[in-house]
Amino acid sequence: MNKKEYLKLVKEITPKEKRLSNSLNAFLVGGILGIVAEIIKMILVSIFSITITEAIGWVLLIYIFLAALFTALGFMDDLAQKYKSGILIPITGFAHSITSAIMDYKKDGLITGVGSNVFKLAGCVLLYGIFFAFVMAIIKVILYV
Amino acid sequence: MTLIYSFLFCGLLCLIAQVIMDNTKLTPGHITSIYVVLGTILGCFNIYDNIVDFVGAGANIPIISFGNLLINSAYQGYLSDGIIGLFGNMLTDVGVGVVSAVVFAFLLSIPFKVKD
Repeated sequence: MNKKEYLKLVKEITPKEKRLSNSLNAFLVGGILGIVAEIIKMILVSIFSITITEAIGWVLLIYIFLAALFTALGFMDDLAQKYKSGILIPITGFAHSITSAIMDYKKDGLITGVGSNVFKLAGCVLLYGIFFAFVMAIIKVILYV
Repeated sequence: MTLIYSFLFCGLLCLIAQVIMDNTKLTPGHITSIYVVLGTILGCFNIYDNIVDFVGAGANIPIISFGNLLINSAYQGYLSDGIIGLFGNMLTDVGVGVVSAVVFAFLLSIPFKVKD
């Protein structure tokens, strides 16, 4: 068996990712998270008569609390494995990454384990978010002021 | 009507992320970074605020909104306090997300054991 045949065989044996159902799952779960957020926001605004900004803050709090709770209980990983970006792109993914980093490094101690690794996954969002926000804020100041 | 827009907008962002992830070698870390940077760019030209007005809370949930909040709070800080405001105010709007994520993650992960 030469190299070409071998590569062909590898390609055949490797399980094909179900791209269509993956995308559909991500679309549905992401959409449901979005619609539930809008429903919670409407309920909060109409019942407690708070401003929209506050209501969105509460929605984020609820989502992050639930994501952290589910990750701590251990079945968020299965959900993230199944629905992939449907879970990871909304703010639940951010909470999930922080919680799972804490869970993973808890055995190495509170300072050297948890403390130094807590932003291991969420760090890229914070780093590039803050850096590019700084650059873009300067551009916006130059453009609009 | 905002319910439908929320569903479509949030779902579409996740769909795009999933399609990119399935067809390239990029990891979720790459995608979220790209989305945040995209959010700062959209926030720079006031596009994302218009999307939020139109779509509702469905546009506040994706990670793109994080970048938008960062740049807009920095810009508002510059308008009120000058250069120091640009640095000091950047994290005010995302404070809810970051602080609650850290607090809840720490509080909730201590009592539970890691599932094998």
